[in-house]
Amino acid sequence: MSSRDNILAAIGKTKRNDREPSPLPQIPTSDTFNDRLIERFSETLTGVGGQVVRVTDWLDIIQHIEQTYRQVSISPAHRIVTTLPELSAVAEVGWSGLSPHLLADADLAIIGAHFGVAENGAVWLTESLLGHRAAPFICQHLAVVLNASNIVPTMHDAYERIGDAEYGFGLFMAGPSKSADIEQSLVMGAHGPKTMTLFLMV
Amino acid sequence: MNTKTLDHPELAERFNRDEERVDWHDQTLWWIRQKRDKAAHTLPEWEALREAASRIKLNVLDNLDEYLVQFEANALSNGIIVHWAADAAEHNQIVHKILIDNQVSQMVKSKSMLTEECHLNEYLGHHGIDVVDTDLGERIVQLAGEPPSHIVLPCIHKKKEEIGEIFHQHMGTPAGLSDPQMLAGLARTDLRERFLTRRVALTGVNFAIAETGEFVVCTNEGNADMGAHLADVHIASMGIEKIIPQRKHLGVFLRLLTRSATGQPITAYSSHFKRPRAGQTMHLILVDNGRSVHLGREDFRNSLKCIRCGACMNTCPVYRRSGGHSYHSAISGPIGAILAPNLDMKKHADLPFASTLCGSCSNVCPVKIDIHQQLYKWRQVITQEGEASAAKSASMQVMSTVLSNHWIYKFGGSIGRKFMQWFPGLVSNKLNPWYKHREMPTPPEQSFQEWYAQNRKNP
Ligand code: SF4
Repeated sequence: MSSRDNILAAIGKTKRNDREPSPLPQIPTSDTFNDRLIERFSETLTGVGGQVVRVTDWLDIIQHIEQTYRQVSISPAHRIVTTLPELSAVAEVGWSGLSPHLLADADLAIIGAHFGVAENGAVWLTESLLGHRAAPFICQHLAVVLNASNIVPTMHDAYERIGDAEYGFGLFMAGPSKSADIEQSLVMGAHGPKTMTLFLMV
Repeated sequence: MNTKTLDHPELAERFNRDEERVDWHDQTLWWIRQKRDKAAHTLPEWEALREAASRIKLNVLDNLDEYLVQFEANALSNGIIVHWAADAAEHNQIVHKILIDNQVSQMVKSKSMLTEECHLNEYLGHHGIDVVDTDLGERIVQLAGEPPSHIVLPCIHKKKEEIGEIFHQHMGTPAGLSDPQMLAGLARTDLRERFLTRRVALTGVNFAIAETGEFVVCTNEGNADMGAHLADVHIASMGIEKIIPQRKHLGVFLRLLTRSATGQPITAYSSHFKRPRAGQTMHLILVDNGRSVHLGREDFRNSLKCIRCGACMNTCPVYRRSGGHSYHSAISGPIGAILAPNLDMKKHADLPFASTLCGSCSNVCPVKIDIHQQLYKWRQVITQEGEASAAKSASMQVMSTVLSNHWIYKFGGSIGRKFMQWFPGLVSNKLNPWYKHREMPTPPEQSFQEWYAQNRKNP
């Protein structure tokens, strides 16, 4: 017998005939996070190291990027990439067909998000928004654009919204990459981006 | 590890030679436990969530074979190559074969307690494969030649000055560094080069969804993603108990996991891998390694619900003051002390005794495993099998006195945290095998000890 068959047979032997298998429970509901969605989301994301910037249109974002990233970047060849055509004035587009390794020198990546979650400050992203799966990890800094009307209260609402959506890769992301492995001191930018800016379009 | 001949009391005694470190370890883990409490208290439905998580996992344990078959079928149709490994050796061989087939002798690996359990790094090392652990804490212990001492905080036993010295020796960084920010930055630069050049990446798995054939990996550092998304080949290793039935159940587990682990509302990254990316190969290895045996142990099967949050370690008065390495097993702490004897009862006979049975672990466990009761049951099994030494039998009798008197035990449960602060007093006697050379700190009030002594005489 193959290991597969052996394992399945061994598990089968542990089943008991003298009791019914336990049923799946109801998932608890929560109304704790139903109000003040935008404020809660912003507070929580800030609490996990993200920066929330409220904007009203794409021009606001372009101006913010011009002012912030163009000035602080010390690298002369600093590189800003995006999957959002609206930002092509300040960022490179059309790189998703090339190797993800070529993003290694990206200082800033700007991507869109499907929705945010108020209870934990996370945004839901899938492959179609990323250009490359590696894009939000390999860049030194990350910016995400989210429409303020797309915030759900909890993870239960999040999975309800995702439903049986099809994706090859998806993720919840909450703030920048971080580690506290050295004496529990929090360090931002363990392997992924050192900062995460969320442009909240209101 | 060269510690096989020493048991928990001896290893704990070693750890306790450095009093300052033990105090730091103790206080830091307790601080994390408090962060967990704070996070849990933000959710009025916390207890309902724990109950739901526990029941979902119970349903999984009752139907594990069916869910595995369903998961396999869906994963295959998603384009994932599925392997089955009966034990650690088979798991390691499968990984090795994938590396050989891809003509690769180097690999990056993110956190996977399963590969620690299987001693994958040693195995591959013997076959000339260079494995680089990419989680910062795991990288530090790997360079130090040690196993992780905690499932979530692998190098919690190390001081920053020691880490600076390890980096100096192994990475050629300047001597005398101890700033965490700087040390983490140096590791980032060093590991980034490896992420960009390695063609195979191995990750662990936190949850695998039967309904969709996808699997979820949670990290704060982004190291699992950096490895997987840049490599041509992604290998994911998982214990068969990591299955959950439906995608929506992730809502329950992701709400509980990180709040229980570190007090964060969620990890920075909760990555859902459903299909390999274009041009990539994705392997998934389903590993039994004793789990099906454990599933058949009626008294202990519930421990397979574990989602590896580490909360039971952070809260455990014994773990906090004896350190993860004293458990001489890949998974340490209260849950490790239940899982390890299943794999090798003789070798791990001491572990179920490394507990005061205070029950704090069971109180914090997000999937409501009756951890302390299982530890108590293991003691009985082990004593019956004649594996327990005399000291431990005596210690067990003291504990069984506590447990057999329902009223005393209930009293203990009802005053919760306070009771734990008192516990050091209770166990500071000659029968305490894991602290025999060290007087515990004076309990805040002597009354419990006195009360206990009095009441033991006339129950
Ligand atoms: S036994 Fe419970 S508390 Fe301990 S690591 Fe597992 S899930 Fe967490």
